[in-house]
Amino acid sequence: MSILVNRDTRVLVQGITGREGTFHTGQMVEYGTNVVAGVTPGRGGSAVHGVPVFNTVKEAVGESGANTSIIYVPARFAPDAILEAADAGIELIICITENIPVNEMIKVRDHVVNTGSRLIGPNCPGVITPGEAKVGIMPAYIHERGRVGLVSRSGTLTYEVVWALTEAGLGQTTAVGIGGDPINGTSFIDVLELFEQDDETEGIVLLGEIGGTDEEQAAAYIAEHVTKPVASFIAGQTAPPGKRMGHAGAIISGGAGTAASKIAALEAAGVRVADRPSAVAAIMKELLA
Amino acid sequence: MNLHEYQAAGLMTEQGIPTNPGIVATTPSQAADAFDELAGPGGLVAVKAQVHTGGRGKAGGIKLARSADEARDAAEAILGMDINGHIVRKVLIAPGVDIQREYYLGAILDRSARGITIMASAEGGVDIEEVAARSPEKIVRVTADRQLGLLDYQIREVAFGLGIEPQLMSGFNSVLRSLYDTYVHNGATLAEINPLVLTSDDHWLALDSKMTIDDNILPYRPDLEELRDIEAEDATELKARANGISFVKLDGDIGCVVNGAGLAMATMDAIKLFGGEPANFLDVGGGATADQVALALELVLADEAVKAILFNIFGGITRADLVAEGIVEARKRVDVRVPMVIRLVGTNQEEGRRILAEAGLNTVETMSEAAQAVVAAASGQAG
Repeated sequence: MSILVNRDTRVLVQGITGREGTFHTGQMVEYGTNVVAGVTPGRGGSAVHGVPVFNTVKEAVGESGANTSIIYVPARFAPDAILEAADAGIELIICITENIPVNEMIKVRDHVVNTGSRLIGPNCPGVITPGEAKVGIMPAYIHERGRVGLVSRSGTLTYEVVWALTEAGLGQTTAVGIGGDPINGTSFIDVLELFEQDDETEGIVLLGEIGGTDEEQAAAYIAEHVTKPVASFIAGQTAPPGKRMGHAGAIISGGAGTAASKIAALEAAGVRVADRPSAVAAIMKELLA
Repeated sequence: MNLHEYQAAGLMTEQGIPTNPGIVATTPSQAADAFDELAGPGGLVAVKAQVHTGGRGKAGGIKLARSADEARDAAEAILGMDINGHIVRKVLIAPGVDIQREYYLGAILDRSARGITIMASAEGGVDIEEVAARSPEKIVRVTADRQLGLLDYQIREVAFGLGIEPQLMSGFNSVLRSLYDTYVHNGATLAEINPLVLTSDDHWLALDSKMTIDDNILPYRPDLEELRDIEAEDATELKARANGISFVKLDGDIGCVVNGAGLAMATMDAIKLFGGEPANFLDVGGGATADQVALALELVLADEAVKAILFNIFGGITRADLVAEGIVEARKRVDVRVPMVIRLVGTNQEEGRRILAEAGLNTVETMSEAAQAVVAAASGQAG
């Protein structure tokens, strides 16, 4: 079944005429993703890689039936783009944009929850259901369809693990990047719930990193609600406290958010935690044998 | 971005919080002058280290002075002190205050509540994390409405929760309102008053201010960017940031150049797993041009402790052949005085590895191999 996106998903690209938007629209279309419309205010009537461009999300939805949006709009305008998509009835909003001021996201996230849409990101690589839909910036070739669901806060670290899984003959149902920001639309728990309900997903990989308590909360959820085997890797065991490691969300403050506490919580919940990214594949192979 | 106490106090004063304005001194003589200006004979001042770290009191970075000479001596002792790795370059001289009570009051970005949470405690002046661990019930917590902001009834909830007396409540409520405004107006992720004191004559006063500003707000707020203390920052980290590279200096001897923050952290972890010590965290991002790679190499090599460098690049959209060209070009511009281990995987990797081989550079296939090889190289053994 897969989760979140599939061949029937109707994708809208916000910021389609920008450099990132144009490049990735081409990549998504090449992959076979059902990209039905794009939005750049003022560029309505044009087309990018054959995809019709509209001035507003409302108009694009009306004309194309788009139900999912991917946002490549710069940080200054991205919060507004998310709100526009939510208010136009887009069900799934995937925001790739990074460096959005965090206090903006408090309001935006709350508004999206209230409209009943689902936001993934910001600052995320997107979602891919191999063989059906690539809604993001991830390299397509490393993915293969299979029975492992993957959810991650990272970008290239995700690719590292996906590649290891594919090489080990363990394809993916869906790979979900929830992003590296401290306030985001979708948590580990949100995705775990979907994977637990998905008939095609037999094993789950959770990739975390220092900062916040999302992994600890996920561990508690796994103990109560997840029956499928889970393997994990947590990046940043060697990161010093007080220093932000790249991602706005990757910081150990006041002792909270350490890799050690996440690993302990996950192991206590029955999750097998690898000591290196490549070992995740070997562990998952064992768990699914 | 962290602010010094005197800077945070300035921003809080702007929002109407009663603070204890002092004078910043960079020399003992200035401190003596500040005493005369603020206190005079028979008076009292506090001489406080201005550094981006807590624990100043415990480290001896806060001293009381009852004369200009004492202020001079205190400043002499404190300036140049190393507190938790931070060198004191400025002290704040502030008037002594008659304290009746001390509270903790803070506005923080609360990830699990997905909002701005006000934390308050009648145990001020001490480490709030200690209170949280020891007696969590002593901390009052309220998360501001995510759309409407901190509501008046929420402020009252905090005040009643702390047991503030009716006649003192309007003063307290006004401080809390202004603290929330300070947080929001300045794009903060933390705005803290510890301690918020009630003076002997029943006035509210913020005796210490602390703020952290969201880095993502800085492009829109040059006034806040100006508050950056360049001297307090590592020169390499500054240069990296100015060029869009994420860099954190660490204590080891193995330099890293990686694309992606999560992968960069995992690379540091791998080095440690094989017995090495990373010298830095470096996320070169999606930009794999010769310029970016050359800059990354320069940044890493600026640290003389570096004995070997690990390149770990997983190219997705980023093409491995372009990265390889970047590395070859960069080595022409930068004198790479130490062994380099290159792990290059991803789009066009065969072409990328061919380009490197032609330049006499070998690559390894896996992250584990790469980590092992660079650890061996750093300890002087053949890789």
